[in-house]
Amino acid sequence: MKFDTYNPGDFYDELFADKGQPRPAAQLLIEKINSLPSGELERRQQAAQNALLKLGATFNVYSDGAGTERIFPFDIIPRIISALEWELLERGLKQRIAALNAFIADIYGPQKIITDRKIPTELLASAKGFLQPCVGLQPPGGVWCHITGTDLVRDKDGQVYVLEDNLRCPSGISYVLENRRVMKSCFPELFGRMGIKPVDDYSSHLLETLLNLAPPNLPDPRVVVLTPGMYNSAYFEHSFLAQQMGVELVEGRDLVVADGYLQMRTTKGLQRVDVVYRRIDDDFIDPLVFRKDSLLGVPGLMEVYRSGRVAIANALGTGVADDKVIYAYVPEMIRYYLGEDPILANVPTYLCCDDKHREHVLANLDKLVVKAANESGGYGMLVGPHATPEEREEFAHRIEKNPRNYIAQPTLCLSRVPTIVEDEFEGCHVDLRPYILYGKEIYVHPGGLTRVALKRGSLVVNSSQGGGSKDTWVLQNSSPI
Amino acid sequence: MLSRVADSIYWLNRYVERAENVARFVDTNINLILDSPSGVFQQWEPLVLTTGDQEIFREQYQDQATAENVIQFLSFDSKYSNSILSCLRFARENARSVREIISSEMWEQINEFYMMVNDASQYHSLSDMHGFFREVKMSSHLFAGLMDATMSHNEGWHFGQIGRFLERADKTSRILDVKYYFLLPSVNDVGTTVDELQWMALLKSASAYEMYRKCEHRISPMGVAEFLILDREFSRSIQFCLLEVGRSLHEITGTPAGSWQNPVERALGRLRAELGYITIEEIMAMGLHEFLNQLQEQMNEVGEKIFETFFALKPLPDKSPLMLQKQ
Repeated sequence: MKFDTYNPGDFYDELFADKGQPRPAAQLLIEKINSLPSGELERRQQAAQNALLKLGATFNVYSDGAGTERIFPFDIIPRIISALEWELLERGLKQRIAALNAFIADIYGPQKIITDRKIPTELLASAKGFLQPCVGLQPPGGVWCHITGTDLVRDKDGQVYVLEDNLRCPSGISYVLENRRVMKSCFPELFGRMGIKPVDDYSSHLLETLLNLAPPNLPDPRVVVLTPGMYNSAYFEHSFLAQQMGVELVEGRDLVVADGYLQMRTTKGLQRVDVVYRRIDDDFIDPLVFRKDSLLGVPGLMEVYRSGRVAIANALGTGVADDKVIYAYVPEMIRYYLGEDPILANVPTYLCCDDKHREHVLANLDKLVVKAANESGGYGMLVGPHATPEEREEFAHRIEKNPRNYIAQPTLCLSRVPTIVEDEFEGCHVDLRPYILYGKEIYVHPGGLTRVALKRGSLVVNSSQGGGSKDTWVLQNSSPI
Repeated sequence: MLSRVADSIYWLNRYVERAENVARFVDTNINLILDSPSGVFQQWEPLVLTTGDQEIFREQYQDQATAENVIQFLSFDSKYSNSILSCLRFARENARSVREIISSEMWEQINEFYMMVNDASQYHSLSDMHGFFREVKMSSHLFAGLMDATMSHNEGWHFGQIGRFLERADKTSRILDVKYYFLLPSVNDVGTTVDELQWMALLKSASAYEMYRKCEHRISPMGVAEFLILDREFSRSIQFCLLEVGRSLHEITGTPAGSWQNPVERALGRLRAELGYITIEEIMAMGLHEFLNQLQEQMNEVGEKIFETFFALKPLPDKSPLMLQKQ
C-alpha cells in the first residue's frame, strides 16, 4: 500500500497539505510507508490488532446486553502534531484548566462570578452537575480538577476548537499507553529518527498527583482506584491504571466508613485509605448524600471528605463544568479569572434557553448539531445534516419542552487522517483528547487519545458508537506547520 | 489484601477445580459403559447424585437419567450453576475482577479455557466427549501450573491454594461416597469382573488407579477407601488436600502449625487431628457413608469459617436492586 493515489480531498488532512504533499512533520512517516514492500503495512496492522487482542484491551458496550466486551479498533497510521502546534495547544489547555479550576472553586465558595453578573445565577442553579452539598468544600491546595480530558477538534479551515471539557472521570488514557506500546513494535525505525515525545510516564505523573493530595505528614499514604466494577465500560482502564501505579483497585463494597476514616476491608482487618482516585460519578459516591439507590459508593464518605480525612480526585462537584451550557461561558471565565484572552477557541454555541438563540436553532436544525447539556459518550445528540426529518422533529419537541437542557453548534467538518479501510487508505475524521493533570502545577501529557470515526463519512468518534483510535505523535523538535 | 480480592482468587480456584472434577467422573463413567456387557451397567444416575444436585436435575430433565441428559446437564447446562460451562463462566468472572492481581498468563489461560468450553457447548457431539473432557482436565492442570510458576506465592496465592484443595477434598469424598453406596449393595456382583471394573473406574476418576496399584496392589473396597481418604502422599486424597489447606492457612495468618488463633484454624486443626489418627478399620466400623457425611459437614464448616474470618468483616447491609452507572 502506498500513498500515491491518496487524495485528502476537500478536507483538512492532518498528514497531507495536498495530494502528494505530506506536511513537513509527516514527511518521514510517509516516506517510510511508501518504501515498505507490498503487503508489509497490512502485515504490521494485523500484528498490531493481534497484540491488542491478546492484551485484552477491551471496553464494554451498554446497549449490547449485559457487559459485552469489545476490542477498541486500532489503526496504525498515527496522527502527528508538530512541536510548534503542540506548544500552542499545551499553553491553551493549561490556561483553560486554570480558569475552570478557579471557576469551580469560586462557585462552591464566594460565587463572585455570579455577583459580578458574568454568569446568570439561574443557569448555575439548574446545572445538573452543581452539587449543593459541595458548597464550602476546601479540597487540598485549592485544586478541584486533578485529571481532565479535554476534547479538541479541528475544522476544515484548520482552526482548533475545544469541543468539551471532561472534568468528572475522563477515560481513554490506557489506550494511549497501550497503543504506543504496540506502535513501537510497528515502526521501531521511526521513533529514533523523528524524535517523538514519550508517553510511558503517565502513571508516574498520575501517582505523583494523587500522592500530592494526601493529608500532610503521612509517611506512606494509601492511594486506591475506585471502580464501579467489572461491568463498567472502562473497567479495563481502571484495572490497568491500578496495576501500573501499584495501588489497590477497590469497589464501593470494599470500603466502609469507620472511626471517622475511610477504610477498606482486607483479610487482615480494616485499613485506612487516604486518597481515592474515583472513577465513579459524583451522584453515586455516597448514598447518604446523593443518589440513595447507588450501590457503587460508600455511605458516609462525604462526611469524611468534608472533614479533610480523605482526599478525592477529581473533587466532588467538578461535573458542573461538564454542563454544555456552562461550557459556553469558559472564554468568559478565562477573561474574568485570569485577565487573559483565550488561547483555544470554543465552538460557537447556541443556548436553547435563550429565546433568540432557540429561534435560530429551531429554524436551522438541518444544519446544526444539537446536544443534551449533560450527556456524554455521544448519547442524546442530533447531527442535523445526517438526521431524518422525523428525528429533527422529535428533537425540536424535546428542545421546546426543556430548552435549558439543549445547546446547538454548527456542524464542524472534522479534520481527517489517512486510515486503512479494507486495504485502502481512506481519510477518516478524528478528534483529540489530551489529558491534563493538576497536582502541584498543571501538566499536559504529550499528545493524548486520537479517536477516529471508522464508519465511512461518520463524524462520531466515540468508542461506544463504532469509533477506533490511533496513536498520537508529538514531535520534540520545531519544524514549520 | 482486599477481602474481595482474596475471595475472588479463592473462588476462581474452586471453580476451576470443580470443573475438572466434573469432567473426571463423567469421563470415567463413559469409559465404564464402553467396557460393560450391554444392559449390565448403564448407570448415569449415580453421577447426578455425586453432585448433590439431584433435585435440580429431576426438575429440568423430568428425572430421565439418560447418557445424553446427564452429560448435557453436567457439562453444558448454562442454567445449572455447577456445570462445567457455568464453573468456567464464574471462574472467568472472578479472574476478570482481579486481573491486576493475578498474572496475565493466568488471565489469558482462564480466558482461553472458557472460550474452549463455550465453543464445545455449541458444537459438541456425544461421540467425541472423551476429547473434550481430556481437554478440560489438561486446561485445569495448565492453570494450576501457571499459577504456581507465574504468580508470587503470596497471600493471594495461598487463598487460591485453599480454594483448590478444599474443593478437591470435597469432590473426592463425594465420589467415594456415592460410588461406594451404589456399588456395595449389589451382593451378587461382589468379587466378579463387574465389581472389579467398577472399583477401578472409581480410582480412575480420581486419577488414583496407577498410584493405588503401586502401594496396594490388590483392589479391595477397603483398600480403595483407605487410599482416597487417608493416604498422605497422593495429591487427591482427602488427607493430603487438608494438609495443603492447613499449610496455606498458617502461611496467611502466621500462626504456628499445631495451634490456632481464629475459628478457621480451630475447625481445620480439629478435623486434621481426627483424620491424622483414625484407621480405616475404625471408619468402616462407624460406616463409611456416615463417616464421609460427617467429614463433608466439617469441611463445609471450614469453608464457612474462612468466609467469616477473611472475607466478611461485617455483615453487609441489605442491598436493593443493583443500579448500574453509565458514564
